Amino acid sequence: MKTKKITLLAMCVALAMILSYVESMIPSPGIPGVKLGLANIVVVFALYKLGWGEAAGVSLLRVFLVSLLFGHAASLMYSAAGAVLSLAGMILLKKTDRLSCVAVSVIGGVLHNAGQILMAWLLMGPNVIYYLPVLVLSGTVAGVAIGVVSALIVRRVDLK
Amino acid sequence: MSAFFADRKRRADLIVIAALLLLALALYLVIGATRTEGGAVVVRVDGVVTERHALTDDGIYPLNGGSNILVIAEGQAWLSEANCPDLLCVKQGKIHYTGQSIICLPNRLTVTVEGGESNGVDFVVG
Repeated sequence: MKTKKITLLAMCVALAMILSYVESMIPSPGIPGVKLGLANIVVVFALYKLGWGEAAGVSLLRVFLVSLLFGHAASLMYSAAGAVLSLAGMILLKKTDRLSCVAVSVIGGVLHNAGQILMAWLLMGPNVIYYLPVLVLSGTVAGVAIGVVSALIVRRVDLK
Repeated sequence: MSAFFADRKRRADLIVIAALLLLALALYLVIGATRTEGGAVVVRVDGVVTERHALTDDGIYPLNGGSNILVIAEGQAWLSEANCPDLLCVKQGKIHYTGQSIICLPNRLTVTVEGGESNGVDFVVG
């Protein structure tokens, strides 16, 4: 791996971590799992500019480090389930080349929430399914916002 | 060059977004239609039932060794206090429909409204 690429990936991870931290300072609306997903901007950027392996690496490393630094014992499992499902969906969707990165980000947001619900189901039983409608809605809305920002950044940043 | 402004993709994007919004609405309606007024409040820690109270059983109940405080009054249940920093469970508000729940992730605790009769007070110590 070239030094330039190592540096770039490290910066992506650091930026994603900072965005997670910034997001943790935004007051929560009171429903678990409803959030903006600012760190996904970096993941979408990495997916479009660096490749799917790099995006997966940045996302998973971010989840691990943020849980270690700011999270509690359970948060790693929820975040990891969300991140893995979200990554898988975004990578596959991008490969089809039918949608722009706005829809890719939307699917990522919804699947992230779906992954967390799935993990919550495993840990706490099927009643968490009542959160699904609001989490699909919030994942879609947040995904559009994150996707539009990502699209602008992907278009404007030239890595050459 | 930007994929964002390519028309074919933008149309496909809108279809995906519209489909997901419809999905959220459909899920909401399906879950809302099957919703009924609950009878009992069930507390679980790590998925194991630790307490059960009737929704008519007004009172203040410390849960999980005092990590969260459950209040039942006027046919509704809510958490008034918690020892976690984010207090998400307190912000989740009052519940009374069957299947509604309050979730406290840090303490792996859930408070769920379940159906059934609102008389007998089972007290299961797990």
